[in-house]
Amino acid sequence: MTLTIRHLTKEFPVPGKENITALSDINLKVGNKEFVSVLGPSGCGKTTLLRIIAGLDSTTFGTIELDGEIIDSPSPQMVMIFQEYSLYPWRTVRDNVTFGLEVEGMKKPQAREVALNYLHLVGLDEFAERYPYELSGGMRQRVAVARALAIEPQILLMDEPFGALDAQTRNKLQKELLEIWEQTRKTILFVTHSVDEAVYLSDRIVVLTPRPGRIRDIIVSPLPRPRDRTSPEFARIRRYVLDLIDESGKAKEGLRGQTSTL
Amino acid sequence: MRSPVPLLLPVLLIVGWEVAAYIIDNPFILPSLTTVIPILLHPFSAEYTLGTGSLMDNAAVSLFRVASGFALAAVIAIPLGIGMGRSLFLNDFLDATIELLRPIPPLAWVPLALAWFKIGFVSIVFIIFIGAFFPILLNTIDGVKSIKRTWVEVAGTLGARETQVLGKVILPGASPTIWTGLRVGFGIAWMCVVAAEWLPGITRGLGYLILYAYNFGQTNVIIAGMVVIGVIGILIDQVFKAGERRWFSWRSLDR
Ligand SMILES: Nc1ncnc2c1ncn2[C@@H]1O[C@H](COP(=O)(O)OP(=O)(O)OP(=O)(O)O)[C@@H](O)[C@H]1O
Ligand SMILES: [Mg+2]
Repeated sequence: MTLTIRHLTKEFPVPGKENITALSDINLKVGNKEFVSVLGPSGCGKTTLLRIIAGLDSTTFGTIELDGEIIDSPSPQMVMIFQEYSLYPWRTVRDNVTFGLEVEGMKKPQAREVALNYLHLVGLDEFAERYPYELSGGMRQRVAVARALAIEPQILLMDEPFGALDAQTRNKLQKELLEIWEQTRKTILFVTHSVDEAVYLSDRIVVLTPRPGRIRDIIVSPLPRPRDRTSPEFARIRRYVLDLIDESGKAKEGLRGQTSTL
Repeated sequence: MRSPVPLLLPVLLIVGWEVAAYIIDNPFILPSLTTVIPILLHPFSAEYTLGTGSLMDNAAVSLFRVASGFALAAVIAIPLGIGMGRSLFLNDFLDATIELLRPIPPLAWVPLALAWFKIGFVSIVFIIFIGAFFPILLNTIDGVKSIKRTWVEVAGTLGARETQVLGKVILPGASPTIWTGLRVGFGIAWMCVVAAEWLPGITRGLGYLILYAYNFGQTNVIIAGMVVIGVIGILIDQVFKAGERRWFSWRSLDR
């Protein structure tokens, strides 16, 4: 299973003005069971990139291919987990997870059993009968992960899923995500604006420039797993990525000596 | 114990009424409650209603008419509203016409209803239909338009087809607002039925009963009929509210 992004460019029309170029000439290959992060500041086009890969938006130029097949509409091989809260508030936690299974035509009792397995995987067995409004932000994102995993896609597209969480919860969910990734062996394309998160999670880090989003560099992480945030090696890679972002920021801001927003 | 404040005004009104009735001393203008209450205490007896069917007989007739017109309105307005909420073309196509028809009071349709359907059940149902139709339609459109785009897109990435999105996302997501439309629509329908039952040639129903009582100068029967009309209206509204709490509490609790 290979995801190939070729010369992807996305422009948004602005009435009465020039088009906004959100993404410019993105080329990327994501291999089987890889964990790849896309790192970039707010507004650089990360969500746009993921939406196009998920088949929710069209490209202006370029193509997305999954094993050689062009993607232009949602494919059951890939599921997107959204940046914002996306659970169905009228369904219980468990029935949120069964959604994709029902759509496939699985019978309700069986779907519920499968859902419970995935809720167990994300540590939410006890909350199966609750409603989303009874859950914290972190728990909700875990339900969204379980809902996505339940239909057994090959690729998870995750758009800053932990962006709205506090540092402690965030670190915990990152650790859990890696465990899930190791257990289920999915390919994960993970969008974030946190350097620390990208370094902690990824096999490779794709660094985007601010507007328009271009690929600044792709860093192959030499860090062994499980990773230790406090190790000197971790700090070194982190430093390296930060410098890279700083440079791209400076190049753009005309060397005004501003520190990057990251 | 609950605060007695809400009961204060009704008690004062009743006392004031009795005093006023005593002073006026004319049951045609203001009958004493002692002549109204016996009628209400015998809702199944025609003897207390000038022999024109008991309170409950007439209520049942009115309710059946309302239910018919209301059901017809719901069956047409809900699918139409979903279509208009989802399709820009359909919305553009119908919106101007609907805006034009909407401000016309249901009772302004009476002469046309008589011309088209003659006196009788169909005319009454038509008036009620007009009354209930627009609130249901507009709320359905609103509800469908308020569906979060993310909800639809999640369904898409999980493999849902268009009809599944409709049944599993649009309909449940819009249902609290549709329910509100049904509640408002029923309230208006209930108001319409009373007036529609004043059409010439109608011989049953709560609206007919109170007008008939007027012709005989029986104001106590008019008031008993009004009480029944009010109580039924409240009860049905409460049923809708209970449904809202039971099925749609997720909407107010969701954050
Ligand atoms: N539908 C749209 N119409 C017009 N412009 C858009 C649209 N969607 C995104 N854009 C623009 O494209 C650029 C990239 O937006 P995008 O949401 O992909 O950023 P992002 O990297 O996900 O940011 P964040 O980290 O804040 O989520 C922004 O300049 C945005 O204004
Ligand atoms: Mg985004």
